[in-house]
Amino acid sequence: MSLKAKDINEQTRWQDLHMGLHVYEPATSKAFETGEWRTNTPVLDLDKCKQCLLCVPYCPDSSIPVKDGKRLDFDLDHCKGCGICVSACPFGAITMKEGK
Amino acid sequence: MSSLTEIRWHGRGGQGAKTAALLLADVAFSIGKHVQGFPEYGPERMGAPITAFNRISDTQIRVHSNIYDPDYVVVVDETLLHGVDVTNGLKKEGGILINTSLSKEEIRPLLRGYEGEIYTIDAHDVCMRTLGKYFPNTPMLAAIVKVSGVMDTDVFLKEMEASLKHKFAKKPEVLEGNMKALALALEEVR
Amino acid sequence: MAIKERMSGNEAVAYAMKQVNPDVMPAFPITPSTELPQFVANYIANGEMDTEFIPVESEHSAMSAAIGASAAGARTMTATSSAGLALMWEVIYVAASTRVPIAMAVVNRALTGPLNINCEHSDSMGARDSGWLQIYAENNQEVYDNFLQAYRIAEHKDVMLPIMICQDGFITSHAVENIELIEDEKVKPFVGEYNPEHYLLNPNEPMAVGAYAVSNYCMEAKKAHAEAMKNAKQVILDVAKEFQEISGREYGLFEAYRLDDADYAIVAIGSACGTAKDAIDALRAQGVKAGLLKVRVFRPFPAEEMVAALKNCKAIAIMDRCESYSSQGGPLGAELMAALYRGKATAEVINIVYGLSGRDIRVEDVEQIFEDLADIAEHGTDDTYWYLGLRE
Repeated sequence: MSLKAKDINEQTRWQDLHMGLHVYEPATSKAFETGEWRTNTPVLDLDKCKQCLLCVPYCPDSSIPVKDGKRLDFDLDHCKGCGICVSACPFGAITMKEGK
Repeated sequence: MSSLTEIRWHGRGGQGAKTAALLLADVAFSIGKHVQGFPEYGPERMGAPITAFNRISDTQIRVHSNIYDPDYVVVVDETLLHGVDVTNGLKKEGGILINTSLSKEEIRPLLRGYEGEIYTIDAHDVCMRTLGKYFPNTPMLAAIVKVSGVMDTDVFLKEMEASLKHKFAKKPEVLEGNMKALALALEEVR
Repeated sequence: MAIKERMSGNEAVAYAMKQVNPDVMPAFPITPSTELPQFVANYIANGEMDTEFIPVESEHSAMSAAIGASAAGARTMTATSSAGLALMWEVIYVAASTRVPIAMAVVNRALTGPLNINCEHSDSMGARDSGWLQIYAENNQEVYDNFLQAYRIAEHKDVMLPIMICQDGFITSHAVENIELIEDEKVKPFVGEYNPEHYLLNPNEPMAVGAYAVSNYCMEAKKAHAEAMKNAKQVILDVAKEFQEISGREYGLFEAYRLDDADYAIVAIGSACGTAKDAIDALRAQGVKAGLLKVRVFRPFPAEEMVAALKNCKAIAIMDRCESYSSQGGPLGAELMAALYRGKATAEVINIVYGLSGRDIRVEDVEQIFEDLADIAEHGTDDTYWYLGLRE
């Protein structure tokens, strides 16, 4: 009877919302595409990137995926374009471009 | 309703009047009575006048007010007679029990015209002869049981022994002193 | 066979706590509820309970820890009074809206000021709109019985709300009276274990509790909360029926004492009801048709049921041991008058504020109220709100 987070929205009736507005599944923020909010977009220059991974823990939205010890390109479904990664990068490998 | 006995205790903070009221409730309960034992609470300070109450009945007690027209009044400290109107509302057919070394004749003028029975006991003397320390509530408890007749005094002693044995399981010398104090108080109250 | 005992109201609740043996108790001492955590700590030290006792540094922390424990899946209790309940204020609402079925023993005491420690209902009445269940007691027996029923009500899947089990500070909490206790073998199966459907410590179902909710969700959440409160009425009655089977004692949403044919009724909460019963018996012996409606459950408020029980009365005095400063009476008065209006009642109704800060109420006081009601039934009155026993 409990709803999945992706199925809960502002049309959900009071009878169907969970008691106390609890959420009965983990990592539901994945379903919420905060990338929609972005006005500036980070761009990675792979030639300058040394894979030091300093940008990863600085990202407030966990939008820098890491695989096999190397960072991948940005998760733009969730990146809000805050630009913190630009400051965190010691090698000038990340720049911001205007727009999505 | 006629089986209801109401008792009001007057003491000073720290003298054990509240404990005595609770002990009386305990011992009356043990012979199958319906009981209430409760103090009047306020800012609690050592030496300040305090009041405690007992209702003892053969039927269920529902009333939850203080006692204004008691059958008996117990005064644990005679110095209270000067400041507190201890006989206020006290029934003429009842009586007042006072811890004092004075005689009834000497006490009567201090009671603001009270016409009922006066009972006295020198709890200090009883304590010193039995406990070696002054705990007035123990003799006063025995004395009010005798005066009010809420229970047979032999049954009272038996029930108290059982209860104190349990309470002072590790201090048998305390039990003995207290039992002596209770028994002597039953003799000394007049 | 029931166990005949004599105990104070606090001892009685502590004994119920021991029998229920919840998982967690965070608590902070405050007069007149201080004895409750003391007794529980003793029971734990003596090996008679295995509750996890959490000594905290304030009531705000006590309630916060209780919410965490309950959300984690633990059966949780606490106890407080007066200013302690006031200090919990913020988290009282969190507990209710988070739908955690905590049981809290409230020993009613006046909120300051003037600074006072005695009985008044202002503490729990202040929390009446917080979304907690509230059950009140006349004496030590009732508060013991109510605590034993608390978790069955609070944890019911149609309810899932925290519950306050209230008694009158000092008047019942510190008065030793006769009581009948129920054997552990009967209590334990009656109360049962707490098996929450969802809980934070369940590794198979990670969950989130207490998330921010924007306006577009809050009203729906509150509606569901209000609906759970409505559901509680039937659950309380069902649990009472089952409780009667193990105790022989009957409970409802309220007690109607000699009310069926009563011309004049008083409606009250707590220990004053026992005093009122003695007054009513005395008046009945003189031929006065006097009756009492003793409110047991204040949340949910049994409005329709109370109106039905009072329908034949000519004059009613609603008694509040609490001032609301609304200029027209106390909380019970306000709610019951509203219910009587909706029920199209025609009785004359007055609201009397009594017993504030421990002011005593006597049998004679109650008899005087009935005398006043008889007069009001005949002549009506414009004066519908006054203080009992005020010096003026």
